[in-house]
Amino acid sequence: MKLKIVVLAKQVPDTRNVGKDAMTAEGTVNRAALPAIFNPDDLLALEQALRLKEQNPGSTVGILTMGPPRAGEIIRQGLYRGADTGWLLTDRLFAGADTLATSYALATAIKKIGGVDLVIGGRQAIDGDTAQVGPQVAQKLGLNQVTYAEEIKVEDGVATVRRHIDGGAETVEVPLPALITVNGSAAPCRPQNAKLVMKYKRASCPMERPAEVPYAELYEERPYLTLNQWSVADVDGDPSQCGLAGSPTKVKSVQNIVFQAKECKHLTASDADIEGMVKELLDEKIIG
Amino acid sequence: MNNVFVYCEIEGTTVAEVSQELLTKGRKLADELGVQLHAIVAGTGIKGKVEDQILPYGVDKLFVFDGEGLFPYTSAPHTDILVGLFKQEQPQICLMGATVIGRDLGPRVSSSLTSGLTADCTQLEIGPYTDNRSGKTYENLLYQIRPAFGGNIVATIVNPDHRPQMATVRSGVMKKALYEGKAAGEVVYPVVSEYVSPEAYVVKVLDHHVEAAKHNLKGASIVVSGGYGMGGREGFDMLFELSKVLHAEVGASRAAVDAGFCDHDRQIGQTGVTVHPKVYIACGISGQIQHIAGMQDSGIIISINTDPDAPINKIADYVITGPVEEVVPKLIKYYKQNSK
Repeated sequence: MKLKIVVLAKQVPDTRNVGKDAMTAEGTVNRAALPAIFNPDDLLALEQALRLKEQNPGSTVGILTMGPPRAGEIIRQGLYRGADTGWLLTDRLFAGADTLATSYALATAIKKIGGVDLVIGGRQAIDGDTAQVGPQVAQKLGLNQVTYAEEIKVEDGVATVRRHIDGGAETVEVPLPALITVNGSAAPCRPQNAKLVMKYKRASCPMERPAEVPYAELYEERPYLTLNQWSVADVDGDPSQCGLAGSPTKVKSVQNIVFQAKECKHLTASDADIEGMVKELLDEKIIG
Repeated sequence: MNNVFVYCEIEGTTVAEVSQELLTKGRKLADELGVQLHAIVAGTGIKGKVEDQILPYGVDKLFVFDGEGLFPYTSAPHTDILVGLFKQEQPQICLMGATVIGRDLGPRVSSSLTSGLTADCTQLEIGPYTDNRSGKTYENLLYQIRPAFGGNIVATIVNPDHRPQMATVRSGVMKKALYEGKAAGEVVYPVVSEYVSPEAYVVKVLDHHVEAAKHNLKGASIVVSGGYGMGGREGFDMLFELSKVLHAEVGASRAAVDAGFCDHDRQIGQTGVTVHPKVYIACGISGQIQHIAGMQDSGIIISINTDPDAPINKIADYVITGPVEEVVPKLIKYYKQNSK
């Protein structure tokens, strides 16, 4: 069976390696100081999609992402690994979206793409760790959902999914169309393919290109180098449900974490110091 | 109307501890708001088996949905139950565990109701909010406080206009306690088919397998925790020895778990278990924010580290500057000598 698969992917700041300059003096995040990467769980989702494509000849895999024009990089990285196409949702109206407004935007795009059998995303993005967008997209499209997947097989229009649960594992069967989110414990993504990198390295969305487009004739010759770029209007979106306007949650305040130094006792590894501490804790009935 | 709801998660007929922790918190919020605490539980063959695990936490009204196909959990039937019930009951707050189930169910329900959901809250409070754009002021909103950006900042989130205000909380973050006041304790058994359509049972669970936890890290009154500075599995053997003497449990930092020194289920921190023991002994742990988020509410914190400037020392009550392989055996020796 040919599958039309859409992979949800997000470009995220690499919060795993936060340096000293990552926070401004006011306690806000200095995004410029953090490298932008392909969200790790989403890469695992891409791997599952590519495996299904190999097992089901004639299938296609497309990358759907939302972000500023530079997020087109996520689509290229997907193409380098074997995806067939991609869509970048970019519009000022999408900005400031919480998970609900994000899922609205992604759901409208998936409707626009049309005929999708399987939507696969990472379980969560490392900049928010919410794991909410996947199930919310599923609800908006009325799709069956399975979260925390580790392995996906598809046969006769039914996906069999091995998934992680608290303290154990589960195997479930879900008829397509469906939305599946992939857990961090799934198989790692394949590396970029050198031939595909050569083929797609100049692929870009119109908004990513400078005013004077270099290699302009190349884009005319090879239409696959122009990536799909959609605005709110392109996906027939309702602006009041997008971005900040469509977000029920509001950030009241943000605080940088500063540890208050406590009054504390400084000891050495000497016998006297250790015995003194143990006796003190025993006397005060803190231990024992 | 406008009550506080807690979704109670079950394994078989056992109510999850995180749900009891949230009932305790939910009771406090309900008292502060002057409303009732309601609870929901859904499963198969649970009637008469789960009520006593839920009511003592101060529940005024418990909705028990008992029917075929409600256990093991799948998304659609449980979503239908919550969405149907919430349309009827109009709660102002809904809490659930930030577990695999809660993180599957919460977003699906919030999307159905177009309400805001905040994941992994570490604190929940009630307070006012003024919207800077409209100038409108709101009273008695739920402050949903959570770490963001890998634990580098703490954000306070509010949902001014949409109800219910939904939040998930990880296991161990709130403390469970039986309610000492008087709650109504009413139990109702709604007809499941009035809430769940037959098509909702579309996902079939072929195999469901859960192992009992190997330790009681969350409930331990003393935790001995090791970091990357323990150097390896052998270093952790020493910590297990100390914990045996002190009747403690062994935890680990993410760095130690990633390095393979200790099993993943003992990881303490934002992405692991949250603990608040009486005594926390941090051995060779530098104290990344992500780790501190999971243990900062411990009573007495003892830090053993060769680095006098390790970040964890700032929140420690005792800082022992020295090698763990020297200090830990001395702790064992002097504890044995001095305790009765």
